[in-house]
Order: sequence, then C-alpha cells, then structure tokens
Amino acid sequence: MTSDTDGDQTPRLELHGITKIYPSVIANEDVSLSVKRGEIHAVLGENGAGKSTLMKMIYGVTKADAGEMKWEGEVVQVENPAHARSLGIGMVFQHFSLFETLNVVENVALALPGNPDLKQLADQITEVSNRYGLPVDPGRLVHALSVGERQRVEIIRCLLQNPKLLIMDEPTSVLTPQAVRKLFDTLRQLADEGCSILYISHKLDEIQELCHVATVLRDGKVTGDCIPSEETPKSMASLMIGKELPVPEHSGSSEPGETRLQLNRLSKASDDPFGTSLEDIELEVRSGEILGIAGVSGNGQQELLYALSGEIPVNDADSIVICGTPSGRDLPDQRRGNGMGFVPEERLGRGAVPRMSLTENALLTAHRAGMLKRGMIQFDKIATFASKCIEDFNVKCGGAEHAANSLSGGNLQKFIMGREILLTPKLLVVAQPTWGVDVGAAAFIRQELIDLRNQGTAILVISEELEELFEISDRIAVIADGRISPAKKLADTNIDEIGVWMSGMWDQATPAEVVAHD
Amino acid sequence: MIRLEKRPEASQLMSYASPLIAIVLMLIGGLLLFAFLGKNPIEGFKVFFINPISDLYGVSELLLKATPLMLIAVGLAVGFRANVWNIGAEGQLIVGGIAASAVALYFYESEGIHILILMVIAGAIGGMLWAAIPAFLKTRFNTNEILVSLMLVYVAQLLVSWLVHGPMMDPDGFNFPQSRMFEDPALLPLLSDENRLNFAFVMAIGALLVGYVFMYRSFAGFQMQVAGYAKDAARYAGFSAKRMIWIGLLSGGGMAGLAGMSEVAGPMGQLTEHVSNNYGFAAIIVAFVARLNPVGIFFASLLMALLYLGGEQAQQYLALPSSISNVFQGMLLMFLLGSDVFINYRIRWKEATA
Repeated sequence: MTSDTDGDQTPRLELHGITKIYPSVIANEDVSLSVKRGEIHAVLGENGAGKSTLMKMIYGVTKADAGEMKWEGEVVQVENPAHARSLGIGMVFQHFSLFETLNVVENVALALPGNPDLKQLADQITEVSNRYGLPVDPGRLVHALSVGERQRVEIIRCLLQNPKLLIMDEPTSVLTPQAVRKLFDTLRQLADEGCSILYISHKLDEIQELCHVATVLRDGKVTGDCIPSEETPKSMASLMIGKELPVPEHSGSSEPGETRLQLNRLSKASDDPFGTSLEDIELEVRSGEILGIAGVSGNGQQELLYALSGEIPVNDADSIVICGTPSGRDLPDQRRGNGMGFVPEERLGRGAVPRMSLTENALLTAHRAGMLKRGMIQFDKIATFASKCIEDFNVKCGGAEHAANSLSGGNLQKFIMGREILLTPKLLVVAQPTWGVDVGAAAFIRQELIDLRNQGTAILVISEELEELFEISDRIAVIADGRISPAKKLADTNIDEIGVWMSGMWDQATPAEVVAHD
Repeated sequence: MIRLEKRPEASQLMSYASPLIAIVLMLIGGLLLFAFLGKNPIEGFKVFFINPISDLYGVSELLLKATPLMLIAVGLAVGFRANVWNIGAEGQLIVGGIAASAVALYFYESEGIHILILMVIAGAIGGMLWAAIPAFLKTRFNTNEILVSLMLVYVAQLLVSWLVHGPMMDPDGFNFPQSRMFEDPALLPLLSDENRLNFAFVMAIGALLVGYVFMYRSFAGFQMQVAGYAKDAARYAGFSAKRMIWIGLLSGGGMAGLAGMSEVAGPMGQLTEHVSNNYGFAAIIVAFVARLNPVGIFFASLLMALLYLGGEQAQQYLALPSSISNVFQGMLLMFLLGSDVFINYRIRWKEATA
C-alpha cells in the first residue's frame, strides 16, 4: 500500500492478464495495459475484438474471469458502476442512457447519489459546460436535443463527478466532423488537467489525431502497442485486422442512364412524437450511379428509408416513382416487383429473422424468383439460392442451414446484401451498408456496391460515415431535420462543405430555392 | 450460488425436452397433491393415469376426448405461430356448436347426408364469425385480440344459455334447458359399434395433416412464422400483417367451431349450456405443450384427454372434486412455462465470491 509514494509516476490504471470468457467466445485473453495520468489512450480494434467488454470490466458492469486491475497502484475489484464512479471512473456509452421526456438537469440528477438541489445543479452544469466548451441548456428536454448535444449531456454528467479516468466508447460515430473537432478540444483540455482518457474507436485517423498511446486488440488479445503519431493508418490497420487494408476501386464517373428512382416533394409526418417529419424531399437516382445521402443520425434517415422501402407507405403514389412506376402507396413486396431492392440498417430482426436458417432467410425476399409452386415452397431451389449467395458473397458461416443469429454482423450483412443483389434489382437502396461491420467486410461490401453500379444498377446509399460516402458515391446529398440538400457531384464538394450542410445550413448559399418552395 | 446465464443460441434440445420435463414435474406434483389430500399417491396415480386407459373402451374414450382438442389446438397453432393470440376458442366452439345445432334442428325429421355436410360447414363458419370480431377490431382499430376474444367467450356462453332456455329449447323437454336430441342423420357416424368414437376423429387427423403442410411447406405458413419470430422482418419483406391476423384468427375460430359441431353431433347429440368441457382453453395448453407442432399436438391432446378422464375417475374412486383436472392442467402449463426458461438460459453453479 505504501510502496509507491511518488504519485505522478504511478499509472492511473493498470490491467494485468485480464481474461473474460463468454459461453461461445473468449472476449478478452490475457489483456494488459497501462494508462498514465493525463494520457489519452486509444483502444483500437475491429468490432468484436473485445474493446467494449474490456471497458465494461473496468467500469464494473461485468467481472473478469482472471487477471487483476490496479487503480492508482492499488489492486481493486470493481463491484459495480457506482463503485467505479466512487473511484473516479466515468464512462460515456456508445448508446446514450438518457430519458427523453426529462430535461437535462433532471437527467443529470438521476445519475448522482442522493437528492441534489436542481437549481444548484443547473448552475454547476452551466459552469462545467462553459469551462469545457460543451454548450448545453440545462432546462431543455432531452428529446429536443440533437445527438451531439445528448452526448455533451452524458459527458457533463461524468465530469460533474470529477473523474480521474474517462472512458469514451466510439464517441464520434454520431457526430458531424465539426462536432468531432469540438469534442477533441474538450478531451485535450481534460487531459491537460490530468484526467486520463480511454478512447475506444476503430477510426484510425481520429486516433492518430487525438491519442498519445494506442493499444490494439484483435480477437480479444493485445496485438500491439504503438504511438499513433509515429504510425500510418495503414500500419495501424494491419495491427488491427492482421493484414493490409483493402481499398475499394472506384472506376470514376460514367454516363448515368435512365432515372430509376424519383422523389417528388415527398412529405411524411412522423408517427413518433420524437421522430422527424419529412418535408418536400426531392431527389433522383439514375442507372449506373451511386447517390450518397449523408447526415447525422436522427435527421429523418429512418423515416425516409421506411417511406422508400414501403414499410410505411405514403399517401401520394406519385411522390415515389420507382423505375417509372408511381409506388408511394405500394407495400415492400410490390416495390420489389417494380425493380427495387432494399438493405435495411438493422440486420437481425428486420433484414433477417434471427432464429431462422439462412435458407429460410433467403426466402424472405427471394420468394418471387421462382421459389414457389402453387403456394408451396420449393425447398431445393431456395437452398441452391442460399448456397450461391453464401459462396458468391464470401459469407463465413457453418452452412445455409445455420440460424441467422449465429453469424457475425459483417457476415450477415454480406448475406443480406448478396440476397438483394442476386435478385438483380434495377434500383438498390442501402442503409448504413457497413455499420458495425469489420474493416475487411466493409471494404468487400463497398466494392460490391461499386461493381453493381458499374453494371448499371441505380444505388442510393444512406450512411452516417462520411468517409464511406466519399469513397463510393458519384453524387452526394445531405439530409438534415427531414429536409434534403441538393445533390452535388463528388468532385464539386468536400468533407468540410458536407459537414456544414449536415447541420442543415445549405440554404444560406441558395436562399432563392427556399423561397421558391414556400 | 445459482445463476441463470443466457445461452448463446436457443437450445433446440431443450425446446423439445421442456414439455417432457413439465409432464414429469406435473406427475410429481400430482403425487404430492394426492399425499397432501390424504390419499395413497400410488393408488392415486393408478386411478388417474392407468385405469382410464386399461381397456380398449377406455382408449376409445381417450381418442374421443382428444378429438376436439386436436381440432382446436391445430387451428390455434396456426395463429400462435404468428403471435396472433386467440384466447377465445371456447366461445368460438360454442358458436360453432350453436350453428351446427341450428342446421340439425332445421332439418329435424328429414334425411340425407347433406344435413351433416351442412352442419360441418355451419359449425366452421359459426366459429369463424365469432373469431372475425376480434380480427376485424384488431385490423381496423388495433384492439387487443387477447382481451376481445376472451370476453367474447362469456358472450357466447350467455348466448347459448339464452337459446336453450328459449328459441332452441326442446318443446317436449319438460323445460329442461336443452335442445331436442338430434336424429341419426344429424349425428356423426361411429367408427365402431363397440364405442362412441366417431368420424370427427378422422377429421381431426386430417386437420393435423393439413396443418402440418400449411405450417411447414406452404409460403403462407412461412410468412406467419416470420411474423411470429420477427415482426419487423415480416414488414420488411412486405408480408401483410392484416392478412396474417385474419388467417390466424379464422383458422382457430373455424377449427373451434368444427370442434363444437363434433360435440353436438357426437357424444352429446344435442345442444346444451355445456357444449364445451373447457376444451377451448385446454387446447391452448395443448398447443403450447406441443410447441405449436401438429405431431406434438396429437400426443399433447392425448395427454390432456387423459387428464380429463383421470379427473372423472378421481371423482368416482378417490372422492376428489372435479376441479382436480383443472389443477393438473394448470400444473402442466405452469411447469411448461417454467422449464421453457431453460430454452434460452442455462444454470451456472458459481461459488460465491468471498
């Protein structure tokens, strides 16, 4: 206990040989790392590499099966998150844990011990938010906040407890590029004041920009430590995925052909009081092009996708024209008949039935491709189709008879993508094609999309990953607050401009158009 | 310390073992119950489970009791697979019985096979009409089909009570609340002269076969299963939720109505206030014990029929109240739900950390 007197030299957090075994997988195996005070320490790894499990153990959500954790030089057993907070560990989760119907102060108060005085707390929140450049109005209801603002509330909630270690789990996945920069400023300021930060991410450029040290995980094991500023994204990627990162080839611009999807002043009031209503959406996608739609999540992407797929049809048939057929009122099945394919954001439970086999899941949308005979399922045909899909799209699985939920996210996405592509759609709508997918599978999926475009399919991609859109799109538009920006050719725009547009500010440049619409 | 731990994948083995475990636990529970009631458990077991089927006649009675259960359970299973929860089969059975009786009484004292055919059709349609009410309200106003179908049971019970006290009462029946006894042309033909088993059993086996093909071979059955497993996936695929609600409720209602017909045109031979022997509710347990599978429904119906017969025997020879059957049914369902936990979870023995 008294062995270390020089506090500055003692690492704030040390992990030795941490191992966590789940029934089907070893999440962490013999993981060791050490975080100094004031250090921004990246934990880098693909999805499923064991980053989140490791953080949950530090924060006391789960317990390690083996290994020890030292906090400021002393061995500790973190019993639960409250215990972690009392030690001075704070965590901002990837998925926010805020009550939408309460305001900011009330949400913060809920996380604090005892029964804090709300008025005083509001002042504290304002003070912290000013000090760290995290502007938030304490009195506002959470449902009215943007995703970036919600994240700020979560961070403030942690900061109020004066943490010595702040864990950030994939914090930038929901932010605009500008908001990312602001967040980085805040984190740097915190680090300068001595707070250690564990920064979890799979985004190499961010880690390079922000972090002092990085620990790389692969398959639950530490594959290396590095100093990001001395590495290249390529070298870190190879540590992370164990091989060179494939880069999709985009064959450049070709002549776009006929219009395959046209939206004419598509409007749709949201059924959800906290949802986003679509307002006068106009766009077209032509054969042989990829139109990318960027935007911060929660700006109407869900609603637009439901309207496009037909899962929630709209009243005006002419507002959605698929391959020349007014389809606004059609159900998904009819729209597929009109030539559309659709890959949804959620794979398990929407794009695929978790408990059903891949064969049965192929039948979900492929049934119209001669799989039925007088209402009866042709099992041999559907099995052939599923096997072809598995083979062509490099789906790693135990076989077509295995359940969809036994696949990893990336492999299931490849399967769903493959299923829709094998049905040879004239128009393919894809939501978050590589969300939660590992780097290797993501590159494969992007390449498939580009190949499909080269064969003349019209493709609409809605994604929150700007880099991805800039990699594969021919034209790019932005959705913000249920409205859509004009689409720009990739060559005529850049990440910064799209970033500004993501906060809804494209009108300033073209005020005339707005007036024309009213 | 015992801890429940989520399995990585739902256990197939456990989903089939669970009904068997539930049956064993029900038997153990039954033995304990007999002991607490001051009866010899071994004797009780023998009276309840062995005596009823100790001769061929007993077996025929078992099949007779199992017949309505098979019909209803297979009809309900079609809907249950799509999470359409028709809890009102009891009422649909009664209305089916009323409709079939109306046909029988209309053709009173006339001859011909058409009478039975019309009774079958009327019974099925009667049950479907009763089930159409929750279906319509659910598809039109998004009401809860569990509540609506259940409440309609009581409406149906009052309806049949009024009918046998009034319009359909036997004019020569000394004011007993029951209809005329049906004549032979309105009764289902017996399969043998030795016992009461009738043609309805053949219909039930046919229904199980059709149910099997529908559930496991047809695209419509596949759609219903998808909707049951993942509603959003069914919507994504474009399967009509309304159509599934209609199919689910009408199949259950139609089969329950048919079961009602098979009762009035079978062992009862007339319409009374007690058309049903709780078959509509027992069939729900049958469907779940059977894992919504027609093969399983065949065996689960036999088990449930045995509980009925055993209950009757227990009244006679052990002087236990008639509710003993319900107690066994209840134990079976409770133990089934309990052991179903282990389909998705498993027990971990963990030493308490110091």
